[in-house]
Amino acid sequence: MTALASNHGAGATPRRRGARPPRRPGTGWIGLIPFSVYAILFLGIPAVLAIASGFFTSAGAFTISNFSAFGDPVILKDLVGSLGLSAASAILGAVIGALVCYAMLGMNPDGWLRTIVDSASSVLAQFGGVMLAFAFIATVGNQGLIIVIAKQLFGDSALSSPIYTVPGLTLVYLYFEIPLMVLTFMPALEALKPAWGEAVATLGGSRWTYWRQVGFPILAPAFFGCMILLFANAFSSFATAAALISQGGIWPLDIQRALTSETVVGHENEAGVIALGMIVVMVVLMSAYGVLQRRAARWGS
Amino acid sequence: MKKRYLAGAAIAAAAALALAGCAGTAGGGSSSSTKTLTLAEAQKATSADDFGGMDGLVAAANAEGHLNVITLPPSWANYGQIIQGFEKKYPKIKINSANPDGSSADEVAAAKAQKGQSTAPDVFDIGTAVMNQNLDLFAPYKVQSWNDIPADYKDADGLWYYDYTGLMSVGYDTKKFPNGVKKIDDLLGSDFKNSVAIKGDPTQANEAASAVYMAALQSGGSADDIQPGIDFFQKLKQSGNFLSTLPTQATVASGETPVVIQWSFNNVAWGPAAGSAGNPNWKTVVLPGAGLGSYYNQTINADAPNPAAARLWEEYIYTPAVQNLYLAAGAYPAQLAAMEKAKTVDAATLSKVGAAPKDFVQLTADQATKAASLLSAKWAAAVG
Repeated sequence: MTALASNHGAGATPRRRGARPPRRPGTGWIGLIPFSVYAILFLGIPAVLAIASGFFTSAGAFTISNFSAFGDPVILKDLVGSLGLSAASAILGAVIGALVCYAMLGMNPDGWLRTIVDSASSVLAQFGGVMLAFAFIATVGNQGLIIVIAKQLFGDSALSSPIYTVPGLTLVYLYFEIPLMVLTFMPALEALKPAWGEAVATLGGSRWTYWRQVGFPILAPAFFGCMILLFANAFSSFATAAALISQGGIWPLDIQRALTSETVVGHENEAGVIALGMIVVMVVLMSAYGVLQRRAARWGS
Repeated sequence: MKKRYLAGAAIAAAAALALAGCAGTAGGGSSSSTKTLTLAEAQKATSADDFGGMDGLVAAANAEGHLNVITLPPSWANYGQIIQGFEKKYPKIKINSANPDGSSADEVAAAKAQKGQSTAPDVFDIGTAVMNQNLDLFAPYKVQSWNDIPADYKDADGLWYYDYTGLMSVGYDTKKFPNGVKKIDDLLGSDFKNSVAIKGDPTQANEAASAVYMAALQSGGSADDIQPGIDFFQKLKQSGNFLSTLPTQATVASGETPVVIQWSFNNVAWGPAAGSAGNPNWKTVVLPGAGLGSYYNQTINADAPNPAAARLWEEYIYTPAVQNLYLAAGAYPAQLAAMEKAKTVDAATLSKVGAAPKDFVQLTADQATKAASLLSAKWAAAVG
């Protein structure tokens, strides 16, 4: 799912060329084959198999009874947990990331600071999974550096780290959400033309007028588009949460439980149903992202 | 998890290549006194006699050259040493150990997904609930020392047999808690803030569920009524003492999980017994009163790619040497009573671990099903 997301993200501000050459049936499509094969093998087929498993019993007979999972209070509570975690990390990530972008706008594009922030963002946006969990355990875990120092400083030995709870995961997820926002939102911000600001100033507008009347409206589709991307990114994250939280609370962990439970046996196929639910959420989000991207692209040329 | 899966696939692929490489030589190792069985015949062999005795079984297993085991963590019930011991005793057989941290359900999933492939698991060490759902996956086999396994510890036809049980125990850091843990309610005290961990989600992991069952037995519940156990963990959560970190040997060594409720053999293995990798101050106590145990089972995959090696593994498991290795880890082996009688038990180890409990509670299949459905209805709300 992340593959799908970042694939869309790469074209944050597609630039339109003036006039397209007339379409000719050619051999250009051949270039698409490697990607298509890759996407079908590693995204398409697994997704279809996962969803299909939701429609069968473990004995292989067709059924829709697995959908009763959506009536399970635990599954519903965990959906709320998943949506809440994704929304919180997306909104915070988008706002903080946008502010970082704004700050970077004032820097020399070829300066060392800008270069460092750019490259750090590219790396950290992909920094997830067990490594990220370990980094947080080592720094702000219950025996992590910061918590241990704080314990000694405040003499409160009961001080505990929040990262082992679903709300606390927001903090951990921000570590890859903010860089992702910087990566995807920066091109949109850079596309703002100085001439627009000059035009507003010539007409007697203040800096605030410029942002209210010109900057924000133009950036809004890109901003919310990036936010949706961040939401999707958090919604589908599994490994970090699995490494930090042992008692469930979000959908990806519910899928794991349904697949591997030793105690509540015979619910393997409910995993397919939850996967379908996740795909529905992602499709809705990605459609919204597509619409916003089209709006954002209008101002790109 | 995803990464581990990929790595697993890569290892599996590599193993498949390696196996394909030796396939040409596999059929040739027959000796005069033994019988050479085809793969299908070997998969149906119910005792070493079908191979012409132990020598025949060893020869057939040597010819296969591989044994695929699954979900056997090296620090779990001494499996690290047990696997090494097998490779030392039968140097011509290489053990491929897949997904050591997986669950019983992962074992079944691997057997189904890799059916007919050379990477499929040959033998299982499997929990009872998952096993009972998948009895058609297993092949009956009786080891040479079959009679040393008590009758109610095994399937009469040899489809499965108990291997070992731990007792649910409380492991804790004596440096942090010098007063120790004498009863389960001690854990609710304010000095145990953010301290008490269990081995995962009870609706997912048998060991975590067993911690809840043990708490139930200690709080006035029974195998038929585990609600008091859920109530106990709710109180633990409300008092801020419950830790939702998944404990490992590393978190015990670092002090991140200062109290862990888990099988005695795991608490023992993570303590001073682990040497520098363990926590020297780690103490394991089995609380007085009704104890809780749960035997794991040995079974052989009916479609085992290395059927002779699989059967040789079972013969090896049920030798006094290996049963003593289980015991040394704090896991009570199935043949312990017979070994005490025959004086083959390692007396020093037994006195160190403590005599086998005369009576401990083990949930029946029905009780386990009932307990599991109560857990899936109530657990998330209790600790959420």
